[in-house]
Amino acid sequence: MMLLWLILIPFLGGILAWAFRGPHADAPRWVSIAALALDLPVLALACRAPSGAWLGRLNLPWIPQLGINFELGLDGLSLLLVLLTLLLGIVSVIISWTEITERTGFFHFNLMMSLTGTIAVFLALDLFLFFFAWEVMLVPMYFLIALWGHERRIYAAIKFFLFTQGSGLLMLVAILALAFVHQAKTGVFTFDYFALLGTPMAWSTEFWIMLGFFIAFAVKLAAVPFHSWLPDAHTEAPTAGSVLLAAVLLKVGAYGLIRFNMALFPEASKHFATPIMVLAVIGIVYGAVCAIGQRDVKRLVAYSSVSHLGFVVLGLFALTQQAVTGGVLQMVNHGLATGALFLLVGMVYDRTHTRQLDQLGGLASVMPWLLGFFLFAVFASAGLPGLNGFVGEFLVIVGTFAISHWLGAVASIAVVLGAIYLLWSYQRVAYGSVRDEHRGLRDVSAREVMVIVPVLALLLVFGVYPRLMTDSVDPATARVIEHVAPDHATDVVPGVEVAEPGSGA
Amino acid sequence: MAFLVLVPLLPLLGSALLILSEGRLPPRLVALVGVGSVALSAVIATWLAIAFLTGPDQHVTLTLWQWVRIGAFAPTVSLYLDPLSLVMMLVVTIIGSLILLYAVDFMAGDEGYSRFFAYMDLFVAAMLLLVLAGDLLALYVGWEGVGLCSYLLIGFWYQDPANGLAARKAFIVTRIGDTGFMLGLFLIFTQLHTLQIQPVLAQAQTSWHVGSLAATLAAALLLTGAIGKSAQVPLQTWLPDAMAGPTPVSALIHAATMVTAGVYLIARTHTLFALAPVVLAAVGVIGTITLLIAAFAALNQSDIKRILAYSTISQIGYMFLALGVGAWSAAVFHLMVHAFFKALLFLAAGAITMRLHHEHNIFRMGGLAKRLPLAFWSFLIGSASLAALPLITAGFYSKDAILSAAWAQGGGALLLWLGGIVTAFVTALYIFRAVFIVFFGPAKTEPSGRYSWRVAVPLTLLSVLALIGGLVETPPALGGITLFSRLLAPVFPNAPPPAPVALILFTAFISLLGLGLAYALYWQIGPRFIAWSNSPAIAAWRRFFAEGWAFDALYHRLVVAPFLALVRANRGDFIDQFYTGIAWTCRWLHQRLGALQTGRIRWYASWIAAGSVVTIAVAVLR
Repeated sequence: MMLLWLILIPFLGGILAWAFRGPHADAPRWVSIAALALDLPVLALACRAPSGAWLGRLNLPWIPQLGINFELGLDGLSLLLVLLTLLLGIVSVIISWTEITERTGFFHFNLMMSLTGTIAVFLALDLFLFFFAWEVMLVPMYFLIALWGHERRIYAAIKFFLFTQGSGLLMLVAILALAFVHQAKTGVFTFDYFALLGTPMAWSTEFWIMLGFFIAFAVKLAAVPFHSWLPDAHTEAPTAGSVLLAAVLLKVGAYGLIRFNMALFPEASKHFATPIMVLAVIGIVYGAVCAIGQRDVKRLVAYSSVSHLGFVVLGLFALTQQAVTGGVLQMVNHGLATGALFLLVGMVYDRTHTRQLDQLGGLASVMPWLLGFFLFAVFASAGLPGLNGFVGEFLVIVGTFAISHWLGAVASIAVVLGAIYLLWSYQRVAYGSVRDEHRGLRDVSAREVMVIVPVLALLLVFGVYPRLMTDSVDPATARVIEHVAPDHATDVVPGVEVAEPGSGA
Repeated sequence: MAFLVLVPLLPLLGSALLILSEGRLPPRLVALVGVGSVALSAVIATWLAIAFLTGPDQHVTLTLWQWVRIGAFAPTVSLYLDPLSLVMMLVVTIIGSLILLYAVDFMAGDEGYSRFFAYMDLFVAAMLLLVLAGDLLALYVGWEGVGLCSYLLIGFWYQDPANGLAARKAFIVTRIGDTGFMLGLFLIFTQLHTLQIQPVLAQAQTSWHVGSLAATLAAALLLTGAIGKSAQVPLQTWLPDAMAGPTPVSALIHAATMVTAGVYLIARTHTLFALAPVVLAAVGVIGTITLLIAAFAALNQSDIKRILAYSTISQIGYMFLALGVGAWSAAVFHLMVHAFFKALLFLAAGAITMRLHHEHNIFRMGGLAKRLPLAFWSFLIGSASLAALPLITAGFYSKDAILSAAWAQGGGALLLWLGGIVTAFVTALYIFRAVFIVFFGPAKTEPSGRYSWRVAVPLTLLSVLALIGGLVETPPALGGITLFSRLLAPVFPNAPPPAPVALILFTAFISLLGLGLAYALYWQIGPRFIAWSNSPAIAAWRRFFAEGWAFDALYHRLVVAPFLALVRANRGDFIDQFYTGIAWTCRWLHQRLGALQTGRIRWYASWIAAGSVVTIAVAVLR
């Protein structure tokens, strides 16, 4: 039952937030924070009913005529992602405190609905419910961008809507096709995840249905070449929207790849793995090259996301234990590091009212703390060892390297490119002489410190002691790999013959 | 031995304290924390060294925690103390304390005083992790950590965009090498299934044979990292620009410790390099090319810090040369001695500039020998040691060990020896050129202020070390002390054979010759020689050398400019153009089709008629 409350609480919180609009602008904020904070102990309680590999399960009938159930499940993977969602949800509410002053009730309603949908996506084990939650997550985000965004918000919102709805439609078709194929084989019409898991299919059927899921998830994950909605959406969204997009909404794509794409279509995923990995590596480099050229800080961070998320895809499809776990870690790490970057860029924008790199500069001498935090996030994002960004990248590349030296080597170019765009942009924001109109800007406020410091602390903790995450993620990924590629070297150790013993002495 | 963890931990805590106190501490307290944490760490390191050397163990491993555990990938964070890391630990902590003590005065009054010590302490912590790491991954963490601190400290005075550029260049260029290093780690792990240094080395011995592809690749990739960090050709271009940082930074990071990390890495994994003779030969060749190029560049600088920067590149080239001929112990010996005299030279240079209103141009100095006696004597002793003046300087013994080893190997290594000898001559020439121009002749800028003991003590102690620090290892003809190589014997068992006496005499003669020529050119002939060297043909060559053999311009043409052109061309993201194209096509069709809706019945009727005709025609003609 706790799983149901996990979804209901933010949902009710959202409705209350809207109800409490009116004279007191801060009421919706407090309601939202309270709902999200209340969800945290609920999440802890939800973990306490383990059954098999699952930490918690729930199955209620919903539309039994159509084989649709309200089926939820929580495992190490979804636990981590729900936790990330709640945490950054709270952060998003706090950071909007001064930025969003109009229609706060409706804003927080949308924010909470999007979070509700996201949590439901991470828990859903019924494909219809999954699709439903998927839509609940996306539509409010459209409003967040369209109503509270920056100058080109309408363009960005429509682009976001077209991309995600287009791909959502593909997913719906694929889900229905899968259910019908399953019915044809077994006579049972159902959307139950576990029932559909072992559906026997002709190879070509499996391939096409898989492709439908894959494209939907790839668009959500902003994988090249489906990435181009992301820079616009990120740039135009209000800070809270950017943070949520980066930290959570992009992650549902990767989550879908693991939970559904790879689990439902193991054969097709395995055969399709190499082209996907090549695409991922192209994305890693392409995103980084695009990021270097940007003049708008938010666009730059958005393109860096494209590059970093390429590592997620690469890791998942390399199908080695290290790479898949690394891919999952990269999801969380990217969420935290990029979330932090968007928060900080938002704070800078809040004060300077510009995101253009050539109109900033010298801010380190005006706001040493803000820019100090910024530097920390920049290095986490650049994958400095000791901070969390390094862990995911390193594991993904080490796992990929075991499969293909070339893909691993090309992906590691991003390490250099990342340093280029991050340090360059940091320099243009922080170093040099300060512009006259930026003198006297105030440094971080107590509220901002409260928001940013916990996130930065996590960047450090997960970098120094990543076992906090890997120990809960590892069993979940191990299951996936075993399912997808039982014959595959689940570990790099059983050894890939790389170099033949050479010509000898 | 559990106290070993305190050695890197104390500076780390010092740094954390300084960062978290957000500059609110009074300067005295900042200095106390900043210097005290490293000094305390030096005391503990010394105590541990005594305990280690008198104890029975040949090495100590201290496992701290397991980083991750994913399948077989279970790297730990562990510290490993053996004679090699012992030497490095002592060099880092002791020289670090001296330089930090000096910095208390040098940085006095700077608005980033607290920030400076925070970064410096962080650097010392990262450097200690690097040298004490028992695991290649932990070593890599320290390796990147020192790179970070180097970046932060080069760009310390960030208001000047040029400093930011230099910092960025340093980080990115070294990161190119680091990426190779990281790929090396991947290769080693996928082949040998561990990243613990000693098991890696042991397994490499058993599963790879000499000259095998895997060993060659692994060694080559590690070498890439070493080249970047140690500023060797072709990744040397960042170091001269790194002089934008405060002088204590140049002394500690860009002379004594961080830049020698590449030498340490190769020495640490020398058994792996021994399995890859091609790569090992490349190490020697790279070192020799670097030391020659950098020495000629140093000869043509006018900024006193850039002279020293090129000199550092050149001296690390000597260490690479030593590694290339398998003289591991000699390389580490020179690393240590170089740390003494180069730190001394930088601090002395800083002692000059802080009294001359931060004047760096040697041609605007002059006549300082009498005016700044402390700086003069320190710089002179450092120069003598760098130029390897025979018998009385430490540099003589360490450089001699390298050249003897190259000579003893014979064959192709004789070319390396020749490069080393030529450079020994140029080294004496360029550093005494600086000495004569800076300290003699007419004074051009009057110094102001005075030194406190915090400047005098480090200079004096380092002067002593630069003179007698070499007496731990002398050739047989000069006492045959083998303290240093016996200390390192558990790590480097095979010592190269001693060199003939004639060779030692020849080496000594060469450096004296360089000194003599510098005296003749810059002191005796002076202005006339300078006028000659400014004649157009000579000046063109000198500019070429002064710009570090135009490597920067070359890279700009070959790499930077084309890459930036690509970036600029794709600023609009050409993939997005595809989607924009779809949207544009839709809008275009919308306009065209919308234009058909004219509202005129006659127009519609004629379309209906035309459509019917076509349909009937198609139906009939089929």
